[in-house]
Amino acid sequence: MPPPEHVHWLFASGFLALGLFLLAEAVVGREIWRKRRWRAYLWPSTMFCMGLAMWPVMVFFTSSTLHMLAHGAWAEVMMVAGAAELGLASGKLRSPLWRLAIVAAFVVTGAAFLVHEQNDWFFQRSAFLHHLLGWTFLAFAIFPLGRVLRPRSAIFASGFALAFVVVAIILYCDRDVAPVFGHLSPLAGEPHR
Amino acid sequence: MTQIATEAPRDATRRRSARAYVLSALGPVTVVVGIVWSILQPYRLTILHPHGESFWWLLVQPPLLVVLVGALFHFLVVPGLLEDLEAEEPE
Repeated sequence: MPPPEHVHWLFASGFLALGLFLLAEAVVGREIWRKRRWRAYLWPSTMFCMGLAMWPVMVFFTSSTLHMLAHGAWAEVMMVAGAAELGLASGKLRSPLWRLAIVAAFVVTGAAFLVHEQNDWFFQRSAFLHHLLGWTFLAFAIFPLGRVLRPRSAIFASGFALAFVVVAIILYCDRDVAPVFGHLSPLAGEPHR
Repeated sequence: MTQIATEAPRDATRRRSARAYVLSALGPVTVVVGIVWSILQPYRLTILHPHGESFWWLLVQPPLLVVLVGALFHFLVVPGLLEDLEAEEPE
């Protein structure tokens, strides 16, 4: 099995790809982005697959019940949000309110990060980053929400895309045991390179 | 009246060109970020100094992942998108 930090980096790559897809869509506009059918499905299917990939993480990384519940919650909300956006892209879902699924995903993800991290901010780097990710998801939920209310707003579309880039950067910074701003609890263990 | 009719399309053309420029830059900028990261933190690249690490340490190397995502995006997504964008832009 890969170390947990490797799993974080793999998911960071998925979030970076999502960010680039959405940034490109924000730059060219939704109409041009959807001129080719496969592009309309690109980011929702990526998110759906990332939700699928979260299930093995839930099953195999069982350090605590809270971790299992958090990973399960992320798997569910990512799959639901991806499926809702896929339904909208294909035209099988018509109500724009389905876009609230991604808002719910942000809120649930943020809350799960904050609830499942049992250590303080400066316990070690991963604890810091879990707190940061939790608050980032909650704060950035304003962008998918704005996307529901104002679908043509470039600001909300760009903010939505940048949210995924920021999440990717935070996940890439993660290490299993490492100091954060010079702080490392002796209870955290020995840092490695 | 004449001034408005001649200036408005010129602004629109300039904005569309900027969009194409930004779009073309997304992938390369991502690749450069990955390369700069690997220079600043070479120890994040196991391949530079392997010491019997397991499969995962050789497969998952964050700066290379960033480069890979940027390159795949640039070569697989951007060309078609630029084509569609330019088709929408008036000469």
